[in-house]
Amino acid sequence: MIKAEQKPFEEILEYLAPYDKILLSGCGACVTVCHAGGEKDAALLASALRMARQKMGKPLEILESTPARQCEPEFAEELSETIGQVQAVLSVSCGVGVQTLARRYTATQIYPGVNTTFLGETVAHGVWEERCQACGNCILEKTAGVCPIARCAKQLLNGPCGGSANGKCEIKRETDCAWQLIYDRSKSLGQLHRLTEIIPAKQWGTQSRDSGPRRIAREDLKV
Amino acid sequence: MSPVAPKIVAFCCEQSGVLALDMAKSSNAKLPDNLELVPVPCSGRIETLYLLRALESGADGVVVFACYEENCRYLQGNIRLKSRVGYAKQLLAKIGLEPERLEIFPLATNSGVKCAEFLMRKSDQLGALGPNLGKTAKE
Repeated sequence: MIKAEQKPFEEILEYLAPYDKILLSGCGACVTVCHAGGEKDAALLASALRMARQKMGKPLEILESTPARQCEPEFAEELSETIGQVQAVLSVSCGVGVQTLARRYTATQIYPGVNTTFLGETVAHGVWEERCQACGNCILEKTAGVCPIARCAKQLLNGPCGGSANGKCEIKRETDCAWQLIYDRSKSLGQLHRLTEIIPAKQWGTQSRDSGPRRIAREDLKV
Repeated sequence: MSPVAPKIVAFCCEQSGVLALDMAKSSNAKLPDNLELVPVPCSGRIETLYLLRALESGADGVVVFACYEENCRYLQGNIRLKSRVGYAKQLLAKIGLEPERLEIFPLATNSGVKCAEFLMRKSDQLGALGPNLGKTAKE
């Protein structure tokens, strides 16, 4: 899922300095899972902001609402009555949610309350790691389920670099070498022979974000 | 007119804190004025939000009476609480409030006297710190 982290508290306070009534909008999807912007996280942030502003002698009224997903127009629409009552919105959803609100509510400033960081997996309680770069051409069947685009610091496609040592990456020593993981898992699957197949150079210009924002249009789903 | 005593909200684990406070009351130990008790089945039930909301709603200080580590009936409830209190203290620092306004006091069911003494010391400490300037609730 998308992972995010709350922005520094001081930065958020600075955004909200001109206002005395805002909506703090959480999201019930990805940011709930990584405890950055779910209903509870939004409530905690709202409480902290109210206390900070009270202490500053500039009370801030904060309405709170957490749609199921902030990235869907139908859910964004649910906020229309509330947004009409406030001066600005602090959204703790990912960047998609912030932009969905901004597109719908053109007369209201929407501030991002989190930094959207990566697509990742929960590896332990409270720990998330990057797993996918949304590169547009998944080759996980060739690499035993380990992505060299997301998990290799150099995004190598045909084996490790010379710096891989003891299963660790030379760029970040605490990180597992993706190609060591690919090798180990290929071996456990009995598929080491697949590693002799050359994976051609990636078409960054046509498959990934490099040539501009991408779009999917399903004619069969259009109403 | 005597000054209003600091408001203390005490979350009390039912496995230890509630019983210790009962013991304190039955032995006529002195307890601070303006004390609000909130029983919880385990200190692990206390979410970070409750700690902040208690301060926002009018408490000058929040204490949690929890079982000693390794004594939690539910195994790790008090360990989880400790992490949450640590996080809440970080938030208090960012808000500009003193982290001392929030404290865990580990105890057992027979700690009635210690519990009362701690609360009196806490009341004095909070009195010296002054009222919680972050509370939004009107007295």
